[in-house]
Amino acid sequence: MAQSQLSNADFERLNIDYGESEKIVGQSTSYWKDAWRRFRKNKLALMGIIVLLLLGFMAVFGAEISGKNYKDTDLMSTNLTPSAEHWFGTDNIGRDIFARTWDGARISLFIGLTAAFLDLIIGIIWGAFAGYFGGKVDEYMMRIADILSGLPYLLVVILLMVVMDQGIWTMIIAMVITGWINMARIVRGQVMQLRSEEYVLASRSLGASSSRLLFKHLIPNTLGPILVTLTLTVPSAIFTEAFLSFLGLGVPMPHSSWGVMTSDALGALRYSPYQLFFPAFFICLTMLAFNVIGDGLRDALDPKERK
Amino acid sequence: MVNYILKRIGYIALSLFLIISATFFLMQAAPGSPFASERKMTPAIEEQMIEAYGLNDPIHEQYITYVVNSLTFDFGPSFKFVGQEVMDIILRSFPYSLVLGLEAVFIAIGFGVLLGVFAALKHNRFGDYTAMIIAVMGISVPSFIMATILQYIFAFKLEMFSVARMESFSDTILPAIALATTPLAFIARLMRSSMLDVLSSDYIKTAKSKGMSQRIVTYKHGLRNALLPVISYMGPLVAGILTGSFIIEQIFGIPGLGSEFVTSITNRDYTVIMGTTVFYSVILLVSILIVDLIYGIVDPRIKLVAKGGGK
Repeated sequence: MAQSQLSNADFERLNIDYGESEKIVGQSTSYWKDAWRRFRKNKLALMGIIVLLLLGFMAVFGAEISGKNYKDTDLMSTNLTPSAEHWFGTDNIGRDIFARTWDGARISLFIGLTAAFLDLIIGIIWGAFAGYFGGKVDEYMMRIADILSGLPYLLVVILLMVVMDQGIWTMIIAMVITGWINMARIVRGQVMQLRSEEYVLASRSLGASSSRLLFKHLIPNTLGPILVTLTLTVPSAIFTEAFLSFLGLGVPMPHSSWGVMTSDALGALRYSPYQLFFPAFFICLTMLAFNVIGDGLRDALDPKERK
Repeated sequence: MVNYILKRIGYIALSLFLIISATFFLMQAAPGSPFASERKMTPAIEEQMIEAYGLNDPIHEQYITYVVNSLTFDFGPSFKFVGQEVMDIILRSFPYSLVLGLEAVFIAIGFGVLLGVFAALKHNRFGDYTAMIIAVMGISVPSFIMATILQYIFAFKLEMFSVARMESFSDTILPAIALATTPLAFIARLMRSSMLDVLSSDYIKTAKSKGMSQRIVTYKHGLRNALLPVISYMGPLVAGILTGSFIIEQIFGIPGLGSEFVTSITNRDYTVIMGTTVFYSVILLVSILIVDLIYGIVDPRIKLVAKGGGK
């Protein structure tokens, strides 16, 4: 068998530059960029953000758009169905529901966001200290949290609302008293886990103080779970506000909140269901938006969910 | 184990003591006297009433009497409804709430588990997305809105159920569904993720590779283990249904403990408020303890002692 002869000339030496293969071609992504990339793919969560932005915009400006006032009564035009004059109709004493809805949005969102924010601050400080110092400090701090969390949340809030003067801040305080515990537990767990990481050790051996370690290294690295908890705290605060207002323990007159409006509309449910529809719809929409954003964030920030 | 239970009971006692003390001092600080009603009383009668309720005693004596009485569930008479003992009111109304609550628990667990398993089996397919969208909506619709919607559609429009009455079983259906919505959605999500976890574990692969049928693998091996997180959710579930009942009972006109509590708040009927609060807290704390104990028995992997007490 005649084999075709191969000479050396038939081969060409390709030079491989090993340095080239080590080069980083793609852009390096930070944790947050990476999370954002994953979050962006979640259409539902993006919708949630858009809905929230719209709701926020309307809460700030909405009450004035229609040129009506949230507290002016007009006994000549009560229980009107939605029309060009009153976009969402009027209630049983002739107040414009459109204006009231957005005034209510202002209050509902303010309470929800503020309560969640205070929970966040207290929870982070408490949890970070307990987790960082550990030992006896941790034990006592968490024991206090345990006992407080044994108290039934809504009952405590209701009791406080019964006794204290009704008002927005009373409600926020009542919610925060037991509301921060969940956040504290999550922060503590994270900090305890991170405390023994090598970069913390490195920083410590370079002489970093406790406060620097906490605020520069530990807390920023727990931001993911904190953010998720935060987005899920807001809807529960909004729910609590609506619940209390529904019980008649909410914001005082003449201001409205979505809970107050739902409760007011209940008596007229049979003949004017639209009065219930608007506040109820916006409560659900807001809670839905926060929930889908929270879910989206959890999927985006949780490394376990990475595909 | 015994140590653990004792520790937990100690916690419960401490929590209850806190609640009892808190209710007492809060009510002391509350504006208005219980007798400041619309009907004027002569000073002599008011004097006698205050004497009869022991409101003239020094505050620490009142406090001690109150704590001791609370331990025996003796909350004294109602301020508003003359001649009614608080405990009588509680015992009279509680059965309604109990029936309603149990019904809601069954609906929530039954349908929640069903929905969750369905979603997990259809993972990342249309059924999964539908189920999870239903679940997210269920979480986002507060129970009192759900209740009014149900009432409007099924009682006002379709006239299938009575608007507000509590006589037969059919009267409990709407309120029970309204109460169950949110926990149902929570359970569905919980169930889905734990089922997905379990179905991708090694022993399921082993069972499949031994040639077992899909059904046995799913239901006998998968479902059983996936149910565990749902059991741990029972505590919050009971809490949610108890507090949810405040409004739901009010909306549907059910003479249960929840509406009694709400009425007492609007009436500023302090003894009833304190009584129901303490009663609710006892139920809540004890049921959470029971759930934790059951959890330990059902899942031997969990060492109760190692958890180091109250959660």
